[in-house]
Amino acid sequence: MPSNKSVSDAPIVQFTNCRILRSHQLQREDLWVREGKILNPEKLFFDEKGSADIQLDCKDSIIAPGFIDVQINGGFGVDFSLATDDFKSGIDLVSQKILSHGVTSFCPTLVTSPPSVYHQVLPQISIRNGGAHGAGILGAHLEGPFISQEKKGAHPEHCLRTFEAGAFQDLLATYGSLDCVRIVTLAPEMKRSSEVIRELTKRGICVSLGHSVANLSQAEEAVQHGATFITHLFNAMLPFHHRDPGIVGLLTSDKIPAGRRVFYGMISDGIHTNPAALRIAHRAHPKGLVLVTDAIAGMGLAPGRHTLGQQVVEIDGLNTYIAGTKTLSGSVATMDTCVRHFQEATGCSVETALEAASLHPAQLLGIEHKKGTLNYDSDADFLMLNDGLYVQATYIAGEEVWRQDALGM
Amino acid sequence: MKLVILETYAQASEWAAKYIRNRIVHFGPGPGRFFTLGLPTGSTPLGCYRKLVEYCRNGDLSFKYVKTFNMDEYVGLPRDHPESYHSFMWNNFFKHIDISAENVHILDGNAPDLQAECDAFEDKIKAAGGIELFVGGIGPDGHIAFNEPGSSLVSRTRVKTLAMDTILANARFFDGDLSKVPTMALTVGVGTVMDAREVMILITGAHKAFALYKAIEEGVNHMWTVSAFQQHPNTVFVCDEDATLELKVKTVKYFKGLMLVHNKLVEPLYSMKEMGAERSQSKKPYSD
Repeated sequence: MPSNKSVSDAPIVQFTNCRILRSHQLQREDLWVREGKILNPEKLFFDEKGSADIQLDCKDSIIAPGFIDVQINGGFGVDFSLATDDFKSGIDLVSQKILSHGVTSFCPTLVTSPPSVYHQVLPQISIRNGGAHGAGILGAHLEGPFISQEKKGAHPEHCLRTFEAGAFQDLLATYGSLDCVRIVTLAPEMKRSSEVIRELTKRGICVSLGHSVANLSQAEEAVQHGATFITHLFNAMLPFHHRDPGIVGLLTSDKIPAGRRVFYGMISDGIHTNPAALRIAHRAHPKGLVLVTDAIAGMGLAPGRHTLGQQVVEIDGLNTYIAGTKTLSGSVATMDTCVRHFQEATGCSVETALEAASLHPAQLLGIEHKKGTLNYDSDADFLMLNDGLYVQATYIAGEEVWRQDALGM
Repeated sequence: MKLVILETYAQASEWAAKYIRNRIVHFGPGPGRFFTLGLPTGSTPLGCYRKLVEYCRNGDLSFKYVKTFNMDEYVGLPRDHPESYHSFMWNNFFKHIDISAENVHILDGNAPDLQAECDAFEDKIKAAGGIELFVGGIGPDGHIAFNEPGSSLVSRTRVKTLAMDTILANARFFDGDLSKVPTMALTVGVGTVMDAREVMILITGAHKAFALYKAIEEGVNHMWTVSAFQQHPNTVFVCDEDATLELKVKTVKYFKGLMLVHNKLVEPLYSMKEMGAERSQSKKPYSD
């Protein structure tokens, strides 16, 4: 019998016997949910004289905000950078499958592609809420094609472009539409990048620096114009040098405008970044670390040959190379694996590891008031994990959308 | 008047919690038969609340049929302020037990008409059949609830201005900033607490020793409002050794000698689990 008629008839669920991640700490508190949002039980008690309709015993699980992956190229055989007529069912499949990795929302990422691909694919990506059908889509992450030839990584050289002629208009013409674009990765040393960064930032699109040979002052200038993110730190950029630390130097730069924070993506799969480098970054700038999978179509599949946009990649264990080369392409690590590896490699607290995959990406995207925390009135997107940080169940808007079957545990 | 002296704060807290538990279990609350409990805030009752929460978790005690009335609340402090007595009660007690929100009564220090709020509180106590057991703590100046020195000993629930001592003592909860400390409160009166059928007062720590001395060894005095309970037919003071420092050796020895008798109030310790089992055998296991 709902005892809260005055405000809402919706049932109130109280998750008990758990440790919830709130205010950067695991706290022995219950988690209360109503209408897909996290409820303040004290207000419910005193203002509405209400109580829970359903109590669920979490058996001492950790409850953490759902993971947010801001860089994922595909998975389970689906490649977001391949223009197919059946793109929608592909993205549906991935969003459904990554629920088991604890990802409750993500930015489907397109690697450098010809304009025709953007024109075909972008209109098929729509921002949508998560649910039983899959993780929510926050908007696309476009990685390239305005990147450095020298640091193209696994991106196809013939598709690289510049915006020297028309600046923002060139970018718009290449992508076609920016309606559902959330992040653009570009190389700041490209001519007229300042104008482009300002235009993108003005539209609420997050600019990320990557696949670049920029030196530190170029990177700082980009940040001053609005860039807030670094794409897979250490990968596809100049290595750290003590007289010119390059983009990596942004982690400890003193030229970041007051009140701003630079975030950086980390592929913490144990392959793309040596654990010592991961520790250096984390210790230098712990509050900016954002775990990303950079997963490609082969994630979730058996080893072998798979595609990444216009290229063929070969997967061997957690290693993924452009076929026939030793060039690393995206990863096949899952988000939960990255969280566990990050914690193991840095020896950081459980809280820190979980926040790098939830709070920090939410802050990067400016959505921390509704995602990435378990604060009151936030979306009830959360995970139940055991002490080893293995995901046991995934919830979106308060509804269970995935659960590890008992035998599998 | 009973004076129960335990060695430490923890033991005093546990004794008080056991006593409350026995009183509730023995009362046999149920639908239409609510146990009415008066409750204090402050650091003294924390240990007692922790024990009660433990009993509730273990199923030995339930607050499903308990109505509570809190002693006081600051005026003008937002209800969700971490130092409000609403927040205190929620965080230290109510959220851990099975009490229903509609059975909880705390004065609203933000009510548009404060005196009307106080009058309504008295009416609610009356409507609940009066208070069975009022638990209280005291300040070092012997105030019970916010009945500061000089309060009338027959006072009812009302608005009170806090004494300078109290404001200074509370500053530590408000970043040490005197200007942030509320200067007024709504509080039950001494008379309101006197009307309870039974009163239990917790006094622990050396800094309360002088107040305990004033409470029980000197006469009734409105400058030490807790001393009024000398005239209550059923009062129990629960204290630790430290709080007895200002008492006469004679007084302490006398009451310590009575511990064998007083301990019978908490031994045996009743449980609602057993009550349930016994109830199934006999219809009236305990009668009041």
